[in-house]
Amino acid sequence: MAVVHVRLFAALAEGAGTRALTLEVPSGARAGDVRRGLQERFPRLEALCDRSVLAVNAEYVDGDRLLQDGDEVALIPPVSGG
Amino acid sequence: MYVQLTRDPLVADTLVEAVRTDASGAVVLFYGVVRNHNEGRAVLYLEYDAYPELAEKQLRAVAEEIRAGYRIDDIAIAHRIGRVDIGEASLLVAVASAHRAEAFDACHAAVDRIKQTAPIWKKEFWAGGGVWLDGTPVSGVERAVEPSV
Repeated sequence: MAVVHVRLFAALAEGAGTRALTLEVPSGARAGDVRRGLQERFPRLEALCDRSVLAVNAEYVDGDRLLQDGDEVALIPPVSGG
Repeated sequence: MYVQLTRDPLVADTLVEAVRTDASGAVVLFYGVVRNHNEGRAVLYLEYDAYPELAEKQLRAVAEEIRAGYRIDDIAIAHRIGRVDIGEASLLVAVASAHRAEAFDACHAAVDRIKQTAPIWKKEFWAGGGVWLDGTPVSGVERAVEPSV
């Protein structure tokens, strides 16, 4: 098992009611598994999670990125800066 | 190169001075401000959220990409987060170059890339409520490769 620290922002944070949570994932888990874990936990956020990209330790990654114990995983919903 | 993500009011002169060199003949400044309406509704103010560690990194990546792709002297980017009131600046991009055409093009491209890739979000507030605006799914970013084990 590995523990990852999940960070949420904007509409995802508001929908989940938190900006940070920890998730236990099996060893060999990938970034995309965190997305699926969040979708199970917060079914109302399923569509928004699908439109989000992933970041691990403050770098954009693909969903197949392997996770290590202690990684920080962020879901980045569609952006609207500027 | 100057990149800033801050809760404080943005100061355009700081960016203009940061990019101007004695070889520059033009400084183009994009001065993005909060307006009082959106899609037919009166807006009171905006609240910006960001993933600060990645946002700063991404603004820097955009600046580097623009510097590599255009013949410019320098570029500066500043984005404000937190509450931003009507008329206040939310995004400033300054680009200096010897001639104006490159500075206009580079500044335009930088603003587009920031809006496509920086993990920053705006929530619009009006009388009686507020909503996170529907944004643009992040695209065209360099993704970190798998670390070798």
